Amino acid sequence: MLDLIAKVFGRESPSAEIAKERLRLVLVHDRSSVTPQFLERLKEDLIRVISEYMDIDTETMDVRLSQTEQHAALVASIPVRRVKRVAP
Amino acid sequence: MGQVIVITSGKGGVGKTTTTANLGAGLASHGHRVCLVDADIGLRNLDLLLGLENRIVYDLVDVANGYCKYKKALIKSKQFDNLFLLPAAQTKDKTAVRPDQMRDLCEELKQEFDYVLVDSPAGIEQGFQNAVAGAEKAIIVTTPEMAALRDADRVVGLLEAMDKERPMLIINRYRPGMVRKGDMLAIDDMLEILAIDLLGVVPEDEQIVVTTNRGEPAVLDKHSRAGEAYRNITRRLMGEQVPLMNLDDDDGILSRIKRVFGFGAR
Repeated sequence: MLDLIAKVFGRESPSAEIAKERLRLVLVHDRSSVTPQFLERLKEDLIRVISEYMDIDTETMDVRLSQTEQHAALVASIPVRRVKRVAP
Repeated sequence: MGQVIVITSGKGGVGKTTTTANLGAGLASHGHRVCLVDADIGLRNLDLLLGLENRIVYDLVDVANGYCKYKKALIKSKQFDNLFLLPAAQTKDKTAVRPDQMRDLCEELKQEFDYVLVDSPAGIEQGFQNAVAGAEKAIIVTTPEMAALRDADRVVGLLEAMDKERPMLIINRYRPGMVRKGDMLAIDDMLEILAIDLLGVVPEDEQIVVTTNRGEPAVLDKHSRAGEAYRNITRRLMGEQVPLMNLDDDDGILSRIKRVFGFGAR
């Protein structure tokens, strides 16, 4: 009863809620089986392919896997310096 | 032809061995022929929970390596003529057996038994790989703690990658009083997080300590609440639809009466 009153007066949130939220976050990380090495290889391949069509800034490009509970997305930000002229 | 079910968890100390002993005794009490395999080589304990520690001659390593026939190594339980234990070796380690040997052994055992329950060691290394090798189904045991749930999730992922049947979850050492106070994860929260099917919930029960001391599975103790939970889980495993037991009266008659009269009893 005492701790109920304490909760009513906003002492602290129930610890189960904290655990649930922390667990949710840590599992999102755990479940993504993507290693930095994997991302690095993907990045190199992307550079190779895209460079045939465009002149890109490989220094500032950013490739990462963005993951929420519902879906994962590969997010790539690749600055383009110049589009090459390719035969149609 | 029987079925092989592995009992696993990732984290240690959540109740794998207790679960194995109780479900084994539960299934045997319904007349099924049951073999329990202790795959925790080097740290054998299932024999203790069944009160069979003084009867071991041959073990899993002897059988898997072909030193003796499995029938020679099996130990009949004290309570049932149709419940047997294949004990783990105590002086070897997990590398003493290979997954392909376990697969062959399980294949052989399920010709003879209705249920083969394999008690997995903690961890996800070779001991775990051995334990799951011959199983078509998996029961994952967890407690309502973050570390146990995280490890359970890891094991779910590994089993998925091995194309096993969808694992079933047992939540052990559940304390409804703490859940009411908001200080323990609730059943639905855990199911939502792990996204697997629930096989049962076992309430925290001091009686488990007593039955373990005696080497008698709690499932046979009519007064044990954990025993009641294991009896229900046994029937669900046999395909029956059994509702979850009333978990709420864990804190005694008095607080139940208080709750009815609106005294909170928190």
